[in-house]
Order: sequence, then structure tokens, then C-alpha cells
Amino acid sequence: MGEALKSIDTRPEERYEASQTTWDKIAESQDFKDLMATKRIFIVPAFIFFVVYYFALPVLVGYAPQFMSTRVLDVNLAYLFALSQFFVAWLIAGLYVRAANDFDKLAKDIVEKAVDAKALSGKGGQ
Amino acid sequence: MANVPLFMFLLFIAITLGITYWASKRSSGSSAYFAASRQIKGWQNGIAVAGDYMSAASFLGIAGIIAFQGYDGFLFSVGWLVAYLTVLLVIAEPLRNAGKYTMADVLAYRLKPRPVRAMASLSTLTVSTFYMIAQMVGAGALVKLLLGGYVTYNQAVTGVGILMIVYVVFGGMLATTWVQIVKAVLLMAGTILLSILVMAHFHFSFGEFFGAIGHVTYHDAKGGVVVKDFLQPGLRYKPPYGPLDLISLGLALIFGTAGLPHILVRFYTVPDAKTARNSVVWAMVLIGSFYIMTTFLGFGAATIVGPDFIKGHGGTNMSAPLLANSLAGPIFFAFISAIAFATILAVVAGLTISATTSFSHDFWTNVIHNGVERKPGEEVLVARISAFVVGAVAILIAIVLGPTANVAFLVALAFAVAASANLPVIVLSIFWRRFNTAGAVAGLGVGLLASIGLILVSPSLMAIDPPTVVGAARHLIQAKAWFPLENPGILSIPLGFIGAILGTLLSHEPTSQHKFNELLVRSNTGLGAEKAGAH
Repeated sequence: MGEALKSIDTRPEERYEASQTTWDKIAESQDFKDLMATKRIFIVPAFIFFVVYYFALPVLVGYAPQFMSTRVLDVNLAYLFALSQFFVAWLIAGLYVRAANDFDKLAKDIVEKAVDAKALSGKGGQ
Repeated sequence: MANVPLFMFLLFIAITLGITYWASKRSSGSSAYFAASRQIKGWQNGIAVAGDYMSAASFLGIAGIIAFQGYDGFLFSVGWLVAYLTVLLVIAEPLRNAGKYTMADVLAYRLKPRPVRAMASLSTLTVSTFYMIAQMVGAGALVKLLLGGYVTYNQAVTGVGILMIVYVVFGGMLATTWVQIVKAVLLMAGTILLSILVMAHFHFSFGEFFGAIGHVTYHDAKGGVVVKDFLQPGLRYKPPYGPLDLISLGLALIFGTAGLPHILVRFYTVPDAKTARNSVVWAMVLIGSFYIMTTFLGFGAATIVGPDFIKGHGGTNMSAPLLANSLAGPIFFAFISAIAFATILAVVAGLTISATTSFSHDFWTNVIHNGVERKPGEEVLVARISAFVVGAVAILIAIVLGPTANVAFLVALAFAVAASANLPVIVLSIFWRRFNTAGAVAGLGVGLLASIGLILVSPSLMAIDPPTVVGAARHLIQAKAWFPLENPGILSIPLGFIGAILGTLLSHEPTSQHKFNELLVRSNTGLGAEKAGAH
């Protein structure tokens, strides 16, 4: 097992190759389904939220310019809303990086299992 | 005073040529040439992505639009950052995990490689060339303004073209990346300095600064004095079609950035998907800070320099350099101008390498020679030759168009093609099991044609000019525009998706569905992803 693992690690040109059934097996494993579910729970709502929040800006500015010109502090609503977009984008990026640490752990397990399984079966899948 | 900008240009050129020489000494091979051996660090790639993205259109263009049209110009700034969330959440990691050098690698996984790569290569070359011509014309006009006594437009364009060829041919991706990093750092430094000087002018009082923005005074076309609140929306995007154009622009940015080939290739230069992710975050911090500061650049130019003065001294694009001049004199003016020049140079180099990578890897090796490199080093050799050709063609077109050509629409076009052709097929290829070759070819073709077609009949190219407008500044087609929006995204992006979906549903390709699991696992776990080269 150690030998085969080593050959994968030290020869970066050699890609992990596997048979169709191996890929299907990984894709249908519970580990992989968990990974996809974990990703989906974060990414889908985050994507929808930022798209809605972003397009609210041109829609409001374009169709309600008078309302958006309301003075707030030294500036107006339009400028504050535009500025808030930057901070919201950074916030979502930050939250994503945190969430992605969990994706990495789940993905690492799947990769290790796949590499181990291949090592155990010798040159299987090549 | 003209020798100061000249000296600063030469200094930047010397530094970048030094980088190119250093990069050319490093080991060769496809992975080194196209992907800098995948050894670029996360923060380095983040700065380089930011550098590739913050083109002259951002630095000079957005500052100029804000200086003349106020708040509506700032809306550009917002979209350019938010667009990176699509890159971060949807594209960067799957692309790095499953691909090798180009976006077509991901498509070719489960689809028939030759038709898909041929179309993807065509779309990449279209985006890169359009974007590049816009930059080259801008560079020529800028250098002519700054060094008018020494350099002509044609010489400036030729110079920029030759330099970019040198970076790409000899230094490959490694040199291009470091040129990008140097430029991004310079650009940030210049922008921060300029912002501080603007605030110093207003005694570091936001009340005073925004107060001044509230009544910008200038003369309109008829010579009457106008006082406008520049913080009020609607100076650029006027009814009836303005708001729709704004939404259309937003769509092109949000979906186009994640389909820009010169941004996508950057994610192959890092060791793994996690680093790719971190580099997007680095890029977002830089890009966001930069675009927030366009507030100071643009509104600063509007209030301190004034639209009247800018109009009489080179026009909108000179807003930022003129602001520097009036705040800290000619030396700072030279510094900011040199940064603008560096920006253009670095961006054209980035565009060239993405175009040549696609031509060499996708078209030459995979379409013409069925994925076999006939002898070692052929792929890199072909890339070098095509860099030369791309550079020569860009020089020629920029010279033919001339400095007064109306080229701003080319950037909009590049984003529209990226959003309408590239993004739909990348997304569907990663997420839709049923997707197949016919769908990819149809999606790329329809997206490409719809973007180009709609821009051709848009107000950017179709308008009736008064007889006072002459030469290249005249609109190509002297008639009322058929399509009322400058940005075709709102129509062309759905068309791209519909093309891809219809193409898929009207054909049958079992292998692409069978191989979906492999792509799904690879793109989501990084299993078997291309590793960093050993050194």
C-alpha cells in the first residue's frame, strides 16, 4: 500500500485515473453525497442572496431615483446602498471561506479513501 | 516636464524586462510556460488576478465616468467587485480541480473534445482580441497625450505591442504573473496616495467632501452654466432605457467575470483548489478597496479639477492623471500616468497569454492533433509563435483604428461574450448531467453570435452623428439603433443558456452522461487534480 501511495505522491504528472465503475461508486457513496449536500446548503442560498441583493441596486436606482436620493447623513441612500454592496460581498466571501473548511475535510476523506482503495487493488483502474 | 513621465515609463519597462529575463531562465515545459508550474502562492495569485482585472478601463475609465456623470459611474465599481462572488462560489475551485490550462479542459472532460475545444478556443480568442484592441487604442492615446512631443500614437501602440510580445514569448505565465503583481501594487499605492490627497484637500472632512459633490459646476454643450448634485442617480442612465441598460450591464458583469479567459487561466497557476479559493479572496480585498477608492478619484476629479478643465485637457480618460497634477504637481502626474501605462501593458500581456494558451493547447494540440504533442515542447513553441501573431495583429488593428476610434464598446462586448457564451457552458457542464456536446457547441455559438449581433445594432455602433463628428469617431452604421441597450447581456445571456439547453435536448449522447460522475467527483473533491510541478 505504501509503495503505491508513494508513486502517486512523488510523480505529479501521473493523474489519478480510475474506471467508470469506480467513479460511479464514489459519486454514489454516502460520503460524497454528504459533501454535495453540505456545499449546496451554503452555496445555493448564498448565491441567491447576493444576486438579489446586488440587482436590488440597479432596480432601485433605476426605477426609484427620487427615493434613492433621500439624504442620509452627509450622503444619500443610493450611495450608502452601493457602498454596502462591497461589505456584503466581503462578508459572503468570508463566510464562504469558513464554510469551505468543512468541504475540504469531507473532500479529503473521499480522496484518501479513493487513493487507498486504488493502492490496495494494485494497479487497478489504470 | 515631459522627461519625468518618460523616465518613469522606462523604469517600469526595465523592471518588467528584468522579471521576464529571470522567468525565462526557469525550467521550461508546458506546465511551467502555461501555468507557472502551478507554484504561485495564494496571495500572489490574488494580487495578479486583481492586476489582470483592474485594467485601464477601471483606473482611467471609471474615474472619468464618475468625474462626468457622478454616482452612475460608481455603479460600475460595485458590479466589478460583486462579480467575484460568482467566481468564488461557483467557478474557481471546480475549474482548478478538473482542468489543466484552459476552461475548455473542463468542457472536454465528458464532451467530444474536438468540436467543444474548437468553439471554446474561438470564443476565448474573440474575447481576448476585443479586450486587447480596446486596451491598445487606450494605451496609444494615453502615451500620445503624455509624451506627445516625443512619441506618436503609432509608435506608442507598436511599443506596447512589442513589449507584451516579449513578456509572453520569453517569460510565459511566470513573467506575466509577476508583471501583473508589480503593476497591481503600483496601482494600489497610487490610488491610496491619490485618495489621501483628495481627502487632505477637504481637510479630511467627509462632510466637506460630500458637500462639494452636492454642487459640481460645469458648462453644458450650449455654454450654459450647470450646477448638479453628482451623488444623485440618473446622470448617465436616463429613462426610458437607462435602468434596463444598468441591469443588463450588471448581468454581464456578474456572469461575465467568471467567464473571462484571462481570469480563469490564473486559477491554474496555484497548487490546488484551496489556494485558488484563497487567491479569489485576496483579489476581492484588493479589488473592493480599489473600487471604493474610485469614490475619491472620480468625485475628487469632478470637484477639484472640474469637468470643464478635464474636457479641455484630454477628455474623460485623463481625469485621474489631471487630478494628480492639480493635487501634487507634475511629478505625481507623471507617476500616476506611468501607473496607467503599466496597467495597460500588464493587462494586454495577461490577455495575450490566455489567448495563446487557448490557441496552442485547445486548438493546435487537441483539435488539430487529437491531443497528442508530436514532439516535446511543441505546445509551448506554438504558443510563442501565436503570441507573436496575436501581438502583431493587435498592433495592426489598433493602428488602423487610430486614436479617436470609439472602442469603449469592445470591453462591454468582451464581457457580454464571456457571460453569454463561456459561462453557460461551463456551468451546465459542471452541474447538469444531461448536458452534451451539441449543447456546448450550440451554447457557445449562440452566445457568441448573439453578443456580437446585438452590439452591432446597439447605440454603440449605430447612431446618427452630426456632420461635425468626423473620421473614426463616427458610428459605424449611420442609422437609428435597432437594439436600445449598450449592454446586450439581458438578452444574450438567456439566449446563450437557451442555445445550450436546446442543443442538449435535441440530441442524444450517452457517453457524456456516463462520464458526468467522474467530472462531478473530480471537480468537487480535487481527486486527481493537476499538481504543482517539482522544482
